[in-house]
Amino acid sequence: MTVVMTRADWIRLALVAGALVSLEAACRAGFVSKDAVIPPTVMLQGAWRALHAEETRGDLFYTLHTVGLSLVLSLAAGAAIGALLHSLPRLRRVLDPLLASYYAVPTFVFYPLFIVLFGLNRWPLVAIGFLFAVVAVAINTLDGLSRIPRAYRRTAAVMRLSPAQSLIHVILPAASPWFFTGAKFAVAYSFIGVIAGEFVVSGAGMGHAIAFAYNSFDNRMMYGLIVLLFVVVGGINTALWSIERRLYARLAGR
Amino acid sequence: MNSPASGADVSDLHVRLHGVTRTYPPAAADRAPLHALGPIDLALKRGEFFSVVGPSGCGKSTLLDVIAGLAAPSAGSVTFEDRPVAGLVPDGIGVVFQEDASFPWLSVYDNAAFALRRAGVAEPEVRERVEPTLAFMGLTGFARAYPAQLSGGMRQRLCIARTLVTRPRLLLLDEPFGALDQQTRLLMGDELLNLWRETGATILLITHSLDEASLLSDRIGVMSARPGVFIDVVATGWPRARDSRIVSDAAFGTLTGRLWASLREQSIKALAMVS
Repeated sequence: MTVVMTRADWIRLALVAGALVSLEAACRAGFVSKDAVIPPTVMLQGAWRALHAEETRGDLFYTLHTVGLSLVLSLAAGAAIGALLHSLPRLRRVLDPLLASYYAVPTFVFYPLFIVLFGLNRWPLVAIGFLFAVVAVAINTLDGLSRIPRAYRRTAAVMRLSPAQSLIHVILPAASPWFFTGAKFAVAYSFIGVIAGEFVVSGAGMGHAIAFAYNSFDNRMMYGLIVLLFVVVGGINTALWSIERRLYARLAGR
Repeated sequence: MNSPASGADVSDLHVRLHGVTRTYPPAAADRAPLHALGPIDLALKRGEFFSVVGPSGCGKSTLLDVIAGLAAPSAGSVTFEDRPVAGLVPDGIGVVFQEDASFPWLSVYDNAAFALRRAGVAEPEVRERVEPTLAFMGLTGFARAYPAQLSGGMRQRLCIARTLVTRPRLLLLDEPFGALDQQTRLLMGDELLNLWRETGATILLITHSLDEASLLSDRIGVMSARPGVFIDVVATGWPRARDSRIVSDAAFGTLTGRLWASLREQSIKALAMVS
């Protein structure tokens, strides 16, 4: 696959590089306290060191596993909720204001409750990641199903497709760009929920490792872990964004 | 007035509507039901090209839905090849809608092959049917392209191709050229006449355009404002071998004038309904 950089991409890259170079210079010149922020090059060294530590790889795998579980659950439940609301317009009208204001509710306050319910293990983290992500999937699924052109369903009827054929070959592909947007948000929200939970109370995971390094005044490790997390999450999001862009490109001119 | 039911010998009937009406339930408790269509009596001869013109909102598309089996009539009956059409689209009917219904996630070829593959047709036969149809619609060079890479007219040709590969015996067209400019419409009309002659299918065309109806049809049904009923049926008298050059024929102007004479009052009435 050939990556073509646009002018806007170059400007974005230049802005990020400029910010990093400025931070590096500010840290080296002593404008910023080394106890607060370390130079980006030292952060990268920390990330490299962290990557080679077996303990960090274990934390990273733990976090990815937890995020994966909350993602799978939120995708399944969000798609089901979206489809249900699409098929029941009255229920949708009732729930619409609640869905619209969902992200104004600080769902993270339920984390202690989940610890009480599930114990201090992976599942409170899965639950908080799920709670963060599920509504984004439901809203986007609902949006995607509502945007399917009426002509597609009528075409399926004219072709005498069975309900299962219609679902698999027409409805799901037609709604896929919106569903994919929901999945992209779900990835981001799951990471936020899980890492925040790990940061507060957890025995493992990247959030826990960052908190541990913070409490031990190990700035190099803390920033190294943050950089590592940025690279992993940024890489996943860039890949998803690229697929999403291609999905929406198919809708051009409609 | 000529009756739209009187255009064919009983032995040669392909489609028959008898006393068909369509009434929509009220949108709110304090509203009355909406009587959209009928009663309609219509008989289409096998291989006939019949167009329906009428003011906006008169129920033309509802009529098409009822004939296709996409909507059930509130009263009356529809038969296709002597079998009742009862809420399901029968085998042998193809429909092309006004809106772009090409599937953006499939290539042109896969779009055209879609219905055949879903029906379990073997791949060699799919190819045998799709390739000449794409060639006929001038899309061979775009077989691997996606609809987003095509113009509006090409996408509509793709939708027609996707319908044609199923070899429909009755082709229902709901303003398929509505979004195209006048020149492209005339050329698409020629292509439609070609495929009509080649396939021998019966065609029912819903259109806003009096020119299009005059150019393409054997007979034209003129509908009233809502609830739509046929107020006139005009036989064009054109030979089967015809093309868009007949627009310069004096009879073409006479025909269009007659259609407008029938429609003018109904169009004013329809306009008053919406304003």
